[in-house]
Amino acid sequence: MKKFILGGKEFESRLIMGTGKFSSVEVMLEAIKASGAELVTVALRRFNRERPSDDLLGPLARLGITLVPNTSGARNAAEAVRAAQLGRELSGSPFVKVEIHPNPHHLMPDPIETYEACRELAKDGFIVLPYMPADPVLAKRLEDVGCAAVMPLGSAIGTGHGLSTAEMVKLIIADSGIPVIVDAGLRAPSEAAAAMEMGCSAVLVNSAIAAAGNPSAMAAAFAAAVKAGYAAREAGLMSRCDHAVATSPLTSFLTGA
Amino acid sequence: MNIMVNGNPQDFKGTPTLGQLLKELDIVPERVAVMVNDRIIPKAGRSEFGLNEGDRIEVLTFIGGG
Repeated sequence: MKKFILGGKEFESRLIMGTGKFSSVEVMLEAIKASGAELVTVALRRFNRERPSDDLLGPLARLGITLVPNTSGARNAAEAVRAAQLGRELSGSPFVKVEIHPNPHHLMPDPIETYEACRELAKDGFIVLPYMPADPVLAKRLEDVGCAAVMPLGSAIGTGHGLSTAEMVKLIIADSGIPVIVDAGLRAPSEAAAAMEMGCSAVLVNSAIAAAGNPSAMAAAFAAAVKAGYAAREAGLMSRCDHAVATSPLTSFLTGA
Repeated sequence: MNIMVNGNPQDFKGTPTLGQLLKELDIVPERVAVMVNDRIIPKAGRSEFGLNEGDRIEVLTFIGGG
């Protein structure tokens, strides 16, 4: 597999993992190892003395992965910029996943605040990865302000409705000069493979792994699917045809003609 | 001295620096990001950072997130 270049840095894995919703830190760490992910998202929250085990910085640092702090909780661009700065201060990582979703019912990203935050953060030297609606026009605008990738949603966060935005994601890929990463909504490894076959550079998966019966096994399954989908894309899929095209020669000896 | 820590008012003896306050709260300084009155205070600058009555401190850490 060709190296995945994101923000000028090279990665082997094209599966990015989220760390939310796991039943324990141990289960999460095992799943990350099984996934082979080198980029892992985390969220910032107030320090809670009652729950010191919530702190993931120590356990994740030992894995030697690159942290991608997100801006969850931010309702506007100013809050997202502040969250990104805090995330960089704590992680030392230049990566940031910008996510601004003011409505908890659907968690759809606010395109205007996302755009403003990305513009400011890219200027400030961040490697900016925006979680965004699957909108080809917005994707180009985010590329223009210096985002390192765009991350259109497959379907709403945590729903497992898969690649319901497939047609829009294809349009984004066709026009994009930066990597396209499907983020959110995936449920099955086959959907990750489909995203890669479509031409995505990577996928970001969290709930589908964290909420699986066996998270480590599911992480490995996603890793295999991402590899297979990428290899298929590189191999060049055959073109579709509206009528049947025989694979065996249509000889006439059986009819005796 | 009264200081707001993560939204809760807390009383501290004397006039602690930010570094001393984190120590008093049993917080490992390398594991948290800190804001005082909405200003981010980098790890290196905390031990000498003086606090004032009524300061609002936010202490943040990484948790799981997608």
